[in-house]
Order: sequence, then structure tokens, then C-alpha cells
Amino acid sequence: MAVIEKYLRQSALPHIWCPGCGHGILLAAILRAIDKQQLEQDKTIIVSGIGCSSRASGYMNFNTVHTAHGRALPFATGIKLAHPELNVIVITGDGDATAIGGNHFIHACRRNIDLTTIIFNNNIYGMTGGQSSPLTPHGAFATTAPYGSIDRPFDIAALAIAAGSTYVARGTAYHAMQLTDLIAKGIASKGFSVIDAISQCPTSFGRKNKQGGPVQMMQWQKDHAVLIQAAVKMKPEELVGKFVIGELHKSEAPEYTAEYDKIIARIQGKGGAAQ
Amino acid sequence: MSAARLMQGNQACAEGMIAAGVRFFAGYPITPSTEVAEILAEELPKIGGKFIQMEDEIASMGAVLGASLTGTKAITATSGPGFSLKQELIGYGCMSEIPCVIVNVQRMGPSTGLPTSPAQGDVMQSRWGTHGDHGIIVLSPGSVREAFDVAVASVNFSEKYRTPVILLLDEVIGHMRERVELPETGSLQIIGRKTPTDSPETYQAYKPDADGVPPMAPFGTGYYYHVTGLVHTYAGMPSGGGKVTDELVHRLESKLTRAQDDITLYTEDGLADADVIVLTYGGSSRAAGAAVKAARAKGVKVGLLKLITIWPFPAELVMEKTKHAKTIIVPELNCGQLVGEIERYVGRDKVVSVTRVDGELFTPDEIVGPILTAGGVK
Repeated sequence: MAVIEKYLRQSALPHIWCPGCGHGILLAAILRAIDKQQLEQDKTIIVSGIGCSSRASGYMNFNTVHTAHGRALPFATGIKLAHPELNVIVITGDGDATAIGGNHFIHACRRNIDLTTIIFNNNIYGMTGGQSSPLTPHGAFATTAPYGSIDRPFDIAALAIAAGSTYVARGTAYHAMQLTDLIAKGIASKGFSVIDAISQCPTSFGRKNKQGGPVQMMQWQKDHAVLIQAAVKMKPEELVGKFVIGELHKSEAPEYTAEYDKIIARIQGKGGAAQ
Repeated sequence: MSAARLMQGNQACAEGMIAAGVRFFAGYPITPSTEVAEILAEELPKIGGKFIQMEDEIASMGAVLGASLTGTKAITATSGPGFSLKQELIGYGCMSEIPCVIVNVQRMGPSTGLPTSPAQGDVMQSRWGTHGDHGIIVLSPGSVREAFDVAVASVNFSEKYRTPVILLLDEVIGHMRERVELPETGSLQIIGRKTPTDSPETYQAYKPDADGVPPMAPFGTGYYYHVTGLVHTYAGMPSGGGKVTDELVHRLESKLTRAQDDITLYTEDGLADADVIVLTYGGSSRAAGAAVKAARAKGVKVGLLKLITIWPFPAELVMEKTKHAKTIIVPELNCGQLVGEIERYVGRDKVVSVTRVDGELFTPDEIVGPILTAGGVK
């Protein structure tokens, strides 16, 4: 607690999250990762969208922007491109990032702009009371899927990798220390980093789907998560019903703001002489 | 003055933006505004500025707001369908008081409409396009040279009053080419936003000064604060309080209306003895000006009042300038949008609305006719 205390906006607490919500654990993991990477507080900007996840920015003692629904990544892109020396961290939810913000998400991946995006993935729209999201599992119940969802959910990590993100990881609220490490590596990676952070929503998802309370839901995370190092040795049928956690993808590609700076250097270097 | 050049309104607009200190542009291609983006894509990196083509209109508005939070003067350019898409985040800019300029080169609507035809159909959308009560500044130039001058003014106003400003061009002003002499950059008055005099510990990002405008600390300078589209306290934190809400919503409008004299830009010609006044704005002012000259030659005491600032509506100015006139003629390339506001302040019985919505410009004769009728000349 002592490590993260200086990064919390004490005047804004207590938070608004429900008892048993996993988001506080994810917030603490982000703050520990910021501390681990020794990011300069003055030069670190937190950008969030709308929803339960995105209230996190208000509790963080930095320059923080609680944007509009789905729009965290465009704001973050503007901040980073205008001032590439700033560290920009984006907090968003599963609905915020992949439904209303889906187009921004794939294009941020494609651009490979140096942002670290943590998706608080609780499989539901919590703030509005439990409607189905693009991460609600097939067959699960939500207030807008009263007969079970017939939609197929996204795989956020596969989507991010296909769209060009150069660092993709998945963690959970249960595996909090590992999550800290994954976020820290995402911050260190120079490019667009995505961390799919699985969280529990006992109030709106767990209750509707008879998953028990927060303890049972975190037990579920523990029981169904398979470390990438183990998963690569398992057969596909052994992974049915499980999900893989850890560093799922790392690649090298030109980073957007660095590429833009090269253009500036090239044009200004030429000056009037060449033209 | 620099040497005379032949240039398009969109180019003059882009050059005015650079002269005003704009160093960030985010946009999405849309006719008839695209030249603004193309010119800035080429010019901004030469001076260390940034250009980005975003994935859609909404994203480009978000990137502009993000860039502005870092203290960089930032703009976008669009047209009707794109302007509709940007409304959500224009409202965010109003609520969280982020300086920026949205250039809207109007085309015929609704919907995809006539993409390459002139219109003035976005007068009301530019005022009320986003939801909820809010103040906004809308400026509409009537020539290529004015596109430059008003571009500079739009950035200055956005910075001075911490608000989005809509620069409302129309297709004919955007694409028309005229011979212009632009002022030297050094001769222009360039305004930047005021920054805090408090320490980071005592700074409250949304506590207004006596002029109703809070000082704004650029991100990354050690002044930590929260920016949100929710109703917020002086510290920027979400609040559901009735008193906080009431004060904030009123201030978003009153910080502009109290500065109406500073914000109001207009030109006039021959108003001193005018029985008939043609009250015009934007591209229509060209035909209106020609019509006034032609009707004067036929003996009608007619004058021209051309508004450049259309929102906040300069009600005092319009009432003062028209008080001795018997008839006010309002030509617009829409079904009659600003005329309603004019009637509200000068009375319906004195106002004649002249409209055209077929994608073509007014001819001077279309306005001469109503002037002669009002002046009693056959």
C-alpha cells in the first residue's frame, strides 16, 4: 500500500466500485507497475473512457482525462503525438474498448503508437447495470441477453495481435503480482501495448450467471487460467474452457511518433538547400 | 503585407491557422474541406508541428482535444456529415473547456446531400449540435482574405475563452480563388491561453478568474488535475451537486456572452441613412454586397450589415444598427436559419427572409428584387 499511496488522489476516495469488484486490484497493479518502471509522475498521463473501469483515472494523482465512451484512445493518441516525451497510459473496459471504441482500438494497434492500454475486462457493462458486452461469453446471461447471449465474444488478445499491436498480454485480478509485471513490461515496450486484464463483477455478471460471490469468482480465475509457458505444451482439447495468461505476443515494428519525428528531422534537415 | 497571391479560401484558412500558432491537426478526408488537411499535412512537419489522419471523424476530434490538453494549439476540418459525427466531442470540449477550432466547410445537406455544392445549412447545428446548454463561438468569413483573418481570430478566441470555436466556411468560400495580400505574421495579434499563477498544490483547474475563464495548466508540467465530461467541481472532480451544476452550466454560456463585444466581428457599409438593410453572413454576403450597390444606384437607401460572428448572436449590435431601418432583408443559403434569431430581436414585421436551397449561389438580382420592393422602387 505504501508504494501506491503517493499515486492515489486521496481526496477522491473512497471509490465508487461495488464490494467485491476486481477493478481496485487492477488499479493497484497499474500503480505498482508505474512505480516499478519509475515513471516520472509529472510526465505520466492517464486517459480513460466511460464505464466502471474508466472511473479509475479519477483516483490517480497525475494529469488524468476521463473522456467520452470509447474515445480514450483518440485522446491518448493526440496527447502522445503532440508530446511524445509523455508516458501515456490508457484505462478502458471491455465494452468501452471493443464495442463503441472498437474502431479506435484496431487503428491504435495498427499505428503502433507508444501507448499502454489496460482493458478492465469483466464481461459486462457494469455501470449501466449489467448489459451484454462483446466479451460476454456465448450463452451467458445479461439484462439485455435474458435468454442467454447468442453473440460470439471477441478474443481481445487475438484481435490486438491481428491488428498489429507489438505487446499483448493477459492477466487477472487473482494473479495480481503477475499482472503488475505484465503491465510494467507493456509500459517498457515501445509501441502499442495491450493488457487484457480479467476482472470480476459480482454485482452485475456473477449474480446473473450464478457464479457466486467475489471469492468464488476469483477462484474461477485461478482455476481456469493457464500460464502461457504451460499452455504451449498442452493439446488444444486440454485448453477447452480455459484461458491463457502471461505475455502472449511481442514483436518489433516502427513506433508511430518516432516515425513522425523522423519525417520532421528529414524535412527540416533538407531545409531550403534541396528545394 | 506580403506579395499578392492567388489562393483558395481553404488555403487561406490553413495559412491563417499556422500564423495563429496551430501546431497540431487531426482529421478525416471529406469534401469540400480536404484541402485544409492536405495543406497542413505538408506544412506542419516543416515547422515541427504534427498532422495525423485518424480512422474517423470522431477520433480526429478526440485527438485534437488530447493534443490541446498538452498546451498545443490544435484544430480539425470537416464538412456536414463529419460535423455531425464530431458533435459528441465538441460537447466534451465545451464542458471541459478545451481550446480548439473546428473548421466546417459547409455543403448541402441533410445527410450526404450535395457534397460539392455551397450551403449555409449548419448555422443552427453549429450552435446547438451537441446536447445540453453550452456556449460556443461561431465565425463565418465571406472572402478568401477573411478566411485567413477569421482563422486567426478563431484560434485567438478559443485560447482566450477556453472553448471550441466553429469556423463556418461554405463550399464557395472554401473553393473560391481570389487575389489576396496576407499580413506579415509578425504584425498579427496572437493570443495564447492563460496559465496558472498558483502553485501546483493550490491550483484548481476549473476555478474561474473574474472573467469567468479558468487558467489552464498544460499536461506534463507538474499541475495534476482531472478532466471529465461529467459535471465537476473547481478541482475538476465529478459532482452531482445542484449548485455546482447550475453554476457550471451558466458559466459555460456567460463567459462568452459577457465578452460579446470582444467576440463580435462584423463589417458595415452605407448604414447611416439606410431605410433598408441587407443583413448577411458568409458566402451569401458576396451577392448581397453586389445587390446593395445595384439598388443604391437605383435610388434605394440601402445598407449592408455583414456579421462575421454569428454565435453568440450579437443581438445588441443588430438592434442598434437596424433601429432606424424599415426593412431588414436576410439572404441565406438555407431554409431560413439565422433569420429566426434576427426576428427575435428586431421583430417579425420588419424582416424579409430570402432563401435558396438548390445547391446554387444567390445571384445579386435575387436580392435586388426584395430591396427594390422594400424601397418602393419599381
